[in-house]
Amino acid sequence: MAFSLPPLPFDRAALEPVLSAESFDYHHGKHHKAYVDKVNGWIEEKGLEGKSLVEVIRLAKDRNDRALANQAGQIWNHDFFWQGLAPEGSTRPSDKLARLIEASFGGQDGLVEKMAEAAVGHFGSGWAWLVLAGDALKVTSLHDGDTPLSLENVKPLLTLDVWEHAYYIDYRNERPRFAKTVLGKVVNWDFVSQNIEQDSIAKADQLVDA
Amino acid sequence: MADQSLSATLPPLAAAGPVFGLPPLPYGAGDLKPVLSAETLQIHHGKHHARYVETLNHLLSDRPDAPRTLEAVVRAAQADGERGLFNNAAQAWNHAFFWESMRSKTSRPGGLLAGAIASAFGDVDALGRRFIAEGTGHFGSGWVWLVARGDALDVISTHDAGSPIVEEGVTPLLSCDIWEHAYYIDHRQDRAGWLTIWWSMLANWHFADRQYGAALGHGEPWRYPAPRAA
Ligand SMILES: [Fe+2]
Ligand SMILES: [Fe+2]
Repeated sequence: MAFSLPPLPFDRAALEPVLSAESFDYHHGKHHKAYVDKVNGWIEEKGLEGKSLVEVIRLAKDRNDRALANQAGQIWNHDFFWQGLAPEGSTRPSDKLARLIEASFGGQDGLVEKMAEAAVGHFGSGWAWLVLAGDALKVTSLHDGDTPLSLENVKPLLTLDVWEHAYYIDYRNERPRFAKTVLGKVVNWDFVSQNIEQDSIAKADQLVDA
Repeated sequence: MADQSLSATLPPLAAAGPVFGLPPLPYGAGDLKPVLSAETLQIHHGKHHARYVETLNHLLSDRPDAPRTLEAVVRAAQADGERGLFNNAAQAWNHAFFWESMRSKTSRPGGLLAGAIASAFGDVDALGRRFIAEGTGHFGSGWVWLVARGDALDVISTHDAGSPIVEEGVTPLLSCDIWEHAYYIDHRQDRAGWLTIWWSMLANWHFADRQYGAALGHGEPWRYPAPRAA
């Protein structure tokens, strides 16, 4: 029994030059894989047979098992992150999403700016998030391996990894340029639009024996 | 609080508080090759460390009553729960200490420290395994430290900007940066590889010896250079 490393939903070179194929070799092939391998090594020891990833993240929290919460959370975060990316110009916001963006940020540029600000302002490792809270869009950030599963009454829509490994190959220390470029160019707006209507947390879920 | 990588230029400083400098590297940027490239040291020192110092000075600029040593600023910020000030002050301090913890030619610990290592860990190699395991097991950004509590040695890690100088009676002897920016250019995701080669090639035992002497009451421990008075 094992969790699997979800494949990238695009070719590893499809987002160049915004994100290089080499960066995906490491980020997906090494970092994401290491989180999957780590949790798989705990399945018997921690009694995770037959569970879903989301169940594992929740039970890790209930058991106060930081190590499991971190590693399982990172599997989920990275899967969700990949799904929120797409080649430049290949997707666009639905009418409903466009209206929400307009109402909360005055337009797509405003959203990119606010989310980049959250990404840059986050100290240390973590994730910038766009979430739906009630009927308004909100931007926030979470630390280390934390996931939006822990947030009350919000639906995660889009995330940006701000661990240094996410940008050091292509952007070195320039987190602001990384955030603005990725959010401005290679967001999968179809994914974000669908998340408004659907159970978005389930999108990066999987069964242990999948 | 502002991250070190913020690229926007901060407004000019009209300092009423202390202004701390960025201590120069105690070696050339290319002197730690091949473990660390010149590019790594230039970015790590010239961008990351410089940014922490710059942000720190900004946060202190309207505080004429701020403490006059960085050690005291770090401790006061921790005690008062001032996260932004603590993060930048502690990162300024930790990085300067980290530069001192490295040397282009490593050596072996001297008499007193060697004895303490033998009694606490068995030998230097066993201590190295402990140090590497501590850093490898640390989730997220942080620091690994060899510290003395009184005369007793210990290996600890601190998270994000965490620093052992906030703890009474603790003297750090060596530190290795395990933020990904410290090793990603040269070692990619391989933190264990970074810690292993750091331990065997760069650890500055002359510095650690001196720090351990200070922990035992002989001489003063390393301190961050004094600020320019306001
Ligand atoms: Fe990541
Ligand atoms: Fe650093």
